[in-house]
Parts: sequence; structure tokens; C-alpha cells
Amino acid sequence: MARYIVSRLGQMVITMFIVSLLVFFMIRLKGDPITIMAPPHFNEEQVEALRRAWGFDKPLTEQYWVFLTKAVTGDFGKSMSHNTGAMGLVMSRLRLTYLLAGVSAIIGIVIAVPLGVLSALYRNSPLDVTVSALASLGTAMPNFWLGLMLIIVFSVQLRWFPVFGHEGIRSIVLPATCLGTGMAARLSRLTRSAMLEALRQDYMRTARSKGLTPKRVNVVHALRNALIPVVTALGLQLGWLLGGSVIVESVFAWPGLGRLVIESIHVRDITVVQAAVFWFALSFILINLVVDLLYSVIDPRVKIE
Amino acid sequence: MSTIFDRLRGRRLTGVGTIGLIIVSLVVILAIIGPYIAPHDAIQHNLKARYAPLGYTDPEHGTYWLGTDQLGRDILSRIIAGCRVSVIVSIFAVFIAGSIGVSYGLIAGFVGGWVDQIMMRIADALLSIPFIVLVVAISGVVGAGIVTLILILGFTGWVTYARVTRGEVLVAKELDYVIAATVVGQSKVRIMFQHILPNVMSSAVVLAALQVGVTIIAESSLSFLGLGVQPPSVTWGLMLADGRASIGSAWWMTTFPGVAITIVVLGVVFLGDWMRDVLDPRLRGE
Repeated sequence: MARYIVSRLGQMVITMFIVSLLVFFMIRLKGDPITIMAPPHFNEEQVEALRRAWGFDKPLTEQYWVFLTKAVTGDFGKSMSHNTGAMGLVMSRLRLTYLLAGVSAIIGIVIAVPLGVLSALYRNSPLDVTVSALASLGTAMPNFWLGLMLIIVFSVQLRWFPVFGHEGIRSIVLPATCLGTGMAARLSRLTRSAMLEALRQDYMRTARSKGLTPKRVNVVHALRNALIPVVTALGLQLGWLLGGSVIVESVFAWPGLGRLVIESIHVRDITVVQAAVFWFALSFILINLVVDLLYSVIDPRVKIE
Repeated sequence: MSTIFDRLRGRRLTGVGTIGLIIVSLVVILAIIGPYIAPHDAIQHNLKARYAPLGYTDPEHGTYWLGTDQLGRDILSRIIAGCRVSVIVSIFAVFIAGSIGVSYGLIAGFVGGWVDQIMMRIADALLSIPFIVLVVAISGVVGAGIVTLILILGFTGWVTYARVTRGEVLVAKELDYVIAATVVGQSKVRIMFQHILPNVMSSAVVLAALQVGVTIIAESSLSFLGLGVQPPSVTWGLMLADGRASIGSAWWMTTFPGVAITIVVLGVVFLGDWMRDVLDPRLRGE
């Protein structure tokens, strides 16, 4: 187990190193990053001074080395629109994004897992057909549009929830419903097919022939095995949630990391964008590491080398 | 490629597949001739009929079946006009992403060893940044516009193809006739293109069909955020952005463009699902 964790951590470091290269070159896609950073009213001299201050006149390899050594310590440079470090700004917004993603994930799991299991147990029943139709609809619908619809119905018409912003617990209901149902649509299909797969296995026949009650067979033997692919998918789904939060946070003016990215892009605050992209990647990689470790806990058949 | 179409032609459409085919054909037709059959000019202002509700009839301009927006432009005509951007962006972006991804996966899987290791690490790193975050960040740096948007979506969306193709190549490499081709001394390039590529194409085509839906949603998301297609081009994402600004008063501005996106994406997915069932049942559940 320890060796497995070490090797996974090693892989993680390599992946983060490549991410750092991506983030470094991302802002240089159009050549000189200073053309994006400099305010339009700056004259030639001021632009040149800014370029030197940021070290963009140095050779590229040197620039990358400075970027990497600072990034390792969490220093992504100063935000240009806020007078603080870019990483500090990212950290201050992180909590709200994790809160939103966490609540959404719980909503998604609570809806998707029971519906997916029931769909598999009562295959081709009206319930199964309804659930799979709703799941198709949920995946086809852009989640920010679902958010706008929720605002129209529940905030504008019924006035149950605030239209946007972050004013206590009532504010999280709509954005989390929006992201959570989107996730449920994806997850319910997966749960259904995982459950169908598990029901087909030989050990199910054995369990039934031992005379176990159908309930026990379904819950202990099928569900437990069906959950394995579901947990794996959960890692990817959380990545989807983090990505979805960028737009949903914008729709609901939820002051999290996603909204910070959009705000920063509009004011061309690229250090903050870099720091945020870096953090999104790190979160995603850590989530998947945890998921992989969980995987070996629920499925002892997975031999860890 | 031609064999793929032959295989699709031989199969009967399922009910859902038929619905998908009808929706997709309709959108493509509207993308081509839409502006000629739309009831109104999609970008013409009518300041006397701003925020007109559904079915409002203007004595000079006729009826606005789905209402108008903040400048008195007809929502229905704008939805029809929006088909063009969606079709163009998704076709080109998916084509670019597919070409890059299939080549990448083909090389990684075929060459193997440390080249494969490095290539797949790069793919993993790209995949660890949520797609929409990556696209938003890059378009913030590179700028907006249809061509840039196509390039961004094309050059970031290839990773899924690469992974699927690589997996298929690893399987195809072990097939008897591929081994036979190696034994008789055919060149590596020839084996790669003549024997392995046809084996991986059907997965790639199915994936491409399904990715069209993802691309349409990504395009509308970016345009909604003001980072994609710019006015005066008409897109569903921009319409939703306009609608959001008037969300308290004109619900139709937000509702119908979203309905259009949902229907089109559903159509694409239905068609893609049918293609997958015919061409590549193994992909089911992915």
C-alpha cells in the first residue's frame, strides 16, 4: 500500500510538472504576455518598464525556471487588479467553490445512486424508462441554462431564493441543485449499467442458490460490487463539477474560484488565471488519488502493486 | 471510412435514432438556408417592439411568434440564424480535435515504450484541467471570435480521442493479421495506416458524433460568458447572455435559445448512440 501511494505521488508530481509547463506557455500563446497585461493607455516606455519588472525580457528557459521555483512555493506573482498575491486570492475563493461542489456532489449522489439501482433492478419498467429519459435530458441541457431557468422559476416568479450572490444558506440551494442534477444525470446512467453488470455475475447466482433473501442478494452482493465503477466515475464527475462551477458561479454570482477566473480574464489579470488553473488541476489530481485509494478499500480484489 | 458508411447504411434506424437523424438534418438545413426562410431579419432592430411577448403582432413587421429581445429582434429568427454558428463551430472543432487525437493515440499506441509513457502523461496533464476552465483561460489570452474559438476547441478537445484510439491500437497490434503483416516485412508506416487505422476508425467516428454535442454546449457556454463568438454574429450563447440581463422581465429571451440547444444536443446524442450501437457496441456505457 505504502509503495503504491509513493508511486502514485510520483506520477502526480510528473503530471503537475507538465501542468506547470502548460500554464506557463498558456499565457505566451500569442507571444509576449505583456501585450495582454499592459493597460491599453500605456505608452511604449511604460510597457517596456513593465516587461522588465516582470522579467519577460529574460530568456524563456530562465523565465520558466523562475516561474517553476516560485510556483512550487505557491507564489504565482502579484494580482494586477487586486493588490495581493495571486495565490492568496485563489485560496480566499476556494472554500466557496469546494462548498458548492461538495453540496452538489451530495445532491447528485443522493439522486443518482438509488435511481440507478432501481432502474437496473426493474429494467425496462416505466421507472427505468422515465429515469433514462430524464438522464438524457439532463446531459443534453447546458447546466448554465438550467441555472437560468431555476432563477426564472424560483427567484423571479416564486421569490423563494435570492437571484444571486452569497447570502447564507438559501443562496446555495439553486446553484447546487443546478450542478447536482447535472451530475445526477451522468451518474445515474453509470450506476444503472454497473448494477446490471453486477447482477449478471456468477456470484449472484451462487448467492441466490444459497437461499439468501433477494434483498440481501441485491444489497450486499450486487450493490457493493456495482459501487466500484461508480466510485471511480465519481472522481471524473467531481472534475466535471469543478469545471461546471466556472459557469454556474458566473450565472449565480457565487463568489467562488470559477467566478474569480472569469472576473480575472475580463480584467486581464493573468497571474490569477494561472494560479487558478493550476489549483483546479491540483484539486482534480488529488480527488482522483483519493478515489483510487478508496477503490482499493471497497474492492479487495484490486491487487495493489 | 467508406466501410463505416456502408455499415451504417445497412442498419435500420431505431426510433430514437430516427428522431436524432431528423433533428440533426433539420439543423443542418437551417444552417444553410435558415436566413432565407426565417420570418424576420435576425439582426434587424425594431425599437417599437422591444421585449415583445410571445405572439405579439407588429402592424408593420408581422408576428413575433417567440417574442423579441431588448432591441426588438425576433427570437425565432435569431434561433434559426444561430444554427449556422453551432454547425460550423462544432463540425470544424470536432474535425480538428479528432484528427489530432487519433494521430496522437495512433503514434503513442503503435510506438509504445517510453514515447507512449510521455505522450500519455501529457494527455493526463491536459485532462486534469477541467475542459471548460482550460478553454476559458486560453480564450482569455488569445481573444474571441469564431475562428479562434474553433481552433481553441479543436486544440484542447483531442485528449479523449487520443486515449480511446491508443487503447484500440494496443488491441489491434496483437491481432493475427497485423502480426502476419509484420512477419512478411511490411513497413511500419504501412502497417499503421493500412492495418491498424481502419480498426480504430469506428470508435473515433462514434466518439466524434458524441463530441459534437459537447462542443455545441462548450461554444454556447463561452459565447454566454462573452469569450466566444462576438456580436453581431448570432449565437444561442449570446442570446442567453442577453436574456440573462433581462431575466426578471422577459423570460422568453432565456428560455427558447436554451430549448434549442437542448433539442439539438439531444438529437446529436440520439444519433451518436445509434451509431455506437451499430459500429462499436463495446463503447457502450462510456
